[in-house]
Amino acid sequence: MSGIFTSSIGKKLMMSLAGIFLITFLLVHLGINLLIIIFDDPMVFNKVAHFMGKNILIKIFEIVLFGGILLHVIYALILQIQNWIARPRRYSKSNYSNTSFFSKFMIHTAIITLVFLGIHMADFYIKAKLGHALEIEVDGVFYHDFATEMLDKFKILPFVIFYIAAFIFLGFHLIHGFQSAFKTLGLDNKKYTPIIQALATLYTVVIVGGFTIIPLLIYFK
Amino acid sequence: MNLKLKIWRQRDPNTRGKFVNYKLNDISPESSFLEMIDVLNEELITKNEEPIVFDDDCREGICGACGMYINGRPHGPDSLITVCQLHMRKFKDGDTIVIEPWRARAFPVIRDLMVDRSAFDTLIQEAGFVSVNTGSAPDANSIPVAKKYADLSMDAASCIGCGACVAACKNASAMLFVGAKVSHLTLLPQGNVEAEDRVLKMVAKMDELGFGNCTNTGACEAECPKGITLTNIARLNREYYKATV
Repeated sequence: MSGIFTSSIGKKLMMSLAGIFLITFLLVHLGINLLIIIFDDPMVFNKVAHFMGKNILIKIFEIVLFGGILLHVIYALILQIQNWIARPRRYSKSNYSNTSFFSKFMIHTAIITLVFLGIHMADFYIKAKLGHALEIEVDGVFYHDFATEMLDKFKILPFVIFYIAAFIFLGFHLIHGFQSAFKTLGLDNKKYTPIIQALATLYTVVIVGGFTIIPLLIYFK
Repeated sequence: MNLKLKIWRQRDPNTRGKFVNYKLNDISPESSFLEMIDVLNEELITKNEEPIVFDDDCREGICGACGMYINGRPHGPDSLITVCQLHMRKFKDGDTIVIEPWRARAFPVIRDLMVDRSAFDTLIQEAGFVSVNTGSAPDANSIPVAKKYADLSMDAASCIGCGACVAACKNASAMLFVGAKVSHLTLLPQGNVEAEDRVLKMVAKMDELGFGNCTNTGACEAECPKGITLTNIARLNREYYKATV
């Protein structure tokens, strides 16, 4: 039983489970963000964000989410370091094998995504937690005005470019990560793998496209 | 064909190796890659220089001895073959060919292009077998095996243990090799009896020997001379979870 957390396969299992969890979270996050371009009234978004911030179930989910991120990052680090040690001397000319292109750069896209996540969290989440976020009062209830903050931020061109670039790198990470997670879970055969790969592509397009269209629409509005 | 060769030379496991450049002229495009190195070695011997040490045995593509990393790919620029089956017609006149040994912590260089692949033998000795006294061959129909599983097992059993999967993998992982061995035995009723014990022991040994972790890049599958597929890695994962949980 102990091997499930410590063996190479066990560590990969933890990575993939945490990864799939984060994959589902991204869909929820995108769904909420899309409210800002679907509804003209920014309060719709603020009210949902408020609900997400106050609901006890969501609060628990938040801890699980940070746990998931931490688990994914820590196991990734351990696995990556072991992988580097497993080949002490590199090839002078390497990696010409016919493999999935993005799988070769998972650690690089991961680092970019992590840096983005740090900046993104500082911009919205931590700012709100420290009480520095804009607030708005509706019917006697105070809401964090994330909508106005987002609408303001995405009027700044470098900010828009930074976010879109980060989403593209996240997409590179997801397109391999999505289907790799299923392989690690042991789900790989001739019949279902093409479906999983198609789903991975569809998911990546939805996530990258969805998150990209929001700053673009706001900027050009 | 006239060629420029950049070959890894290393005296012994403890000496630092380096690349040495050679020029080789008038090589027939019809000669095999190993024959090309044979020609180079003859030239080196006549010049009273040390010939290049490399592994080879059957030269028929079935023993798995001839491991070389050629121009960034194990077994060179062709698929489903070992180096002995690679022919010089796959290269162009005037090409520079970079030849390196398999590089992995678990496969230390013995000399030049020859590496110690006994880590694979250690893995097999750990649990890659069926521990029954088989005696004389039983009647073929006494143990029924579904065609589907016989085929899958046979596909996995075609692994020749050449180490190209480890050499190709950016993480130097041995998951395809272990996946093939576990699949080959576990899919058959004789091997299935010890399935759980086998997979636990082989994975633990694989980790202990210093192979890397699989990231499902598929480089192993792309370079395996016997076409062992990634589905064997997924089966290894499934078998491992079954045995652990």
